[in-house]
Order: sequence, then structure tokens, then C-alpha cells
Amino acid sequence: MSAEPTTASSVSGLRQFFVLVLTLMLFWLMLMGSLDGQVLLVGLIASSVIALLFRSGLTFFTEMRLNPMAIIAGFMYYGYFFKELVKANFTLAGVVLSPDLPINPGIVKVRTKLKSRMGRLMLANSITLTPGTLTVELDGEWIYVHWVLMESEDIEQATAKIVAGWEHYLEVIYG
Amino acid sequence: MGQGMDIVGALLLLGGTFFLLLGGLGLLRMPDLYNRIQAGTKATTLGTLLSLLGVFLLRPEWGWKLLLIGVFLIFTNPLSSQVLARAAHRSGAHKSPATQVDRLAEDRAEP
Repeated sequence: MSAEPTTASSVSGLRQFFVLVLTLMLFWLMLMGSLDGQVLLVGLIASSVIALLFRSGLTFFTEMRLNPMAIIAGFMYYGYFFKELVKANFTLAGVVLSPDLPINPGIVKVRTKLKSRMGRLMLANSITLTPGTLTVELDGEWIYVHWVLMESEDIEQATAKIVAGWEHYLEVIYG
Repeated sequence: MGQGMDIVGALLLLGGTFFLLLGGLGLLRMPDLYNRIQAGTKATTLGTLLSLLGVFLLRPEWGWKLLLIGVFLIFTNPLSSQVLARAAHRSGAHKSPATQVDRLAEDRAEP
């Protein structure tokens, strides 16, 4: 795509490698709970080998934009995430506990404007954890969502209801 | 202080198990696979996160490991639910008669 494809892809490959090594190291140190020299050495070797074997692996930080706006949006995303998760639970608790089980399910189609793989993955995961929506299939920019309490089967309206709240943050973080 | 933390921790554990119970109830009551997955995913995610938070207040020294369990949970739970739902849809699982519309089946039917 760019004028010098080899240079561009090797630079992003290198960045991806280091991102994966650092993520694995972080997990390793959290599990071990120690900063001992041997622990660090073993972790570094194991992380590097795994990162070499899984070149195209996605992590949390892959494709993330490193600017202050993205970091602020990251924190706001998690605030929104937990708010929606709690809301989802109370909505579903209400449904499950009412005697006549008031559900109105349907599988609707929504569209995302996110381009990056990680952005789309996070969006699909977020949809699954929010009030009564479950991602069934991803197909490019189209996402098929099972909706327990369906409010609209129209693509635009469903997109505004389900996707817009997440995209607001995710497009700043991942694009 | 220590006792207060114990009480709050125990309450959080209780709250967590309450949502896990609701998840189980949802699995029994919902009419089809998709709705059951919905009940299962959300309730177990919040239920387990609350339980982990409760354990953290009771045993603060386990904090990093509990955080790691929470992170893995948040990432793997929706992913596995989505893959289950996709596999079910591809193999034509039974849908509740209450289902209003199925855009995925409509789009699949077109050439």
C-alpha cells in the first residue's frame, strides 16, 4: 500500500513484537509477584520465544494509538464499560425474575465505522456484554447482533442504539 | 478497619453469588440458545467480577492475580459466547418462536 512496503511492514512487525513481549512480561510479573533477577530472565526468554512464534497475535495494546487523547478515552471507555455491564445485569435480572418472561428477541444488522482489527474485536466484545445484545457474526464492517429486547430492526436505528456509545471511545483509541 | 473490610468483602461475595444465581435461573428460563447465552454471559461476568473484588478485600495480598483473572474473564467470556452463537447459527439451531427478525439468515439466503 505504501511506497516502501517492506520497510513499513518490518517496522510495524517490530513494534508488534515488542508490544507482545511487554504484554506477556506484564502478565508473567503479575502472576509471579516478584521482581527477582531470575524471574525477570525466565520471563523475558519465554515471552520472546512466544512472541516470535505468534507474530500476528493481537494484544490489548496492538494498534492502539499512543497519544494523550487515546489514553483518556481508554479510561473513559472502562468507566462506560462497567456502567453498561451493571445496567445489563439489572435489565436481565428484571427479565429473568418476571413471571411472564417479557422478551422480544431478534437478530439485527449494524454497521461499524471502525477500521482496525483490535477496534472491531473490542466493539464486538463490548456489545456482547451490554444490555441484552450478543454478537453473533462479524462480516467486515457489518455486525449481526442478537437483541433480547429488540427496539428497532432498522440498520441505522439499531446502529445508533447498540454501536454508537462504544464507537465514540473506541475510534479515538484504535481507529 | 480490618473487620470493616471483611464485612464489605463478604457482602460483595454475596452480591456476586446473587448474580451468578440469576445467570443460572436465566439459563433455565430462557426459551432458546441465544437468549440463554445472553443470560449466561452477562450475569456470570458481573457475578465473577464482584466475587473477585470481594476476595480482594478479604485477601489484599492476592490483588495482582485476582486482577489478572478479571482481565482474562472480561476478554474470554464475550469471545467464547460469540463463537458459540456463531456456531449455533451456522448449524441452524432452534430459534424461539418469539424471535421477530433474523437479518443474518436473510443475508445468508441471498446468493
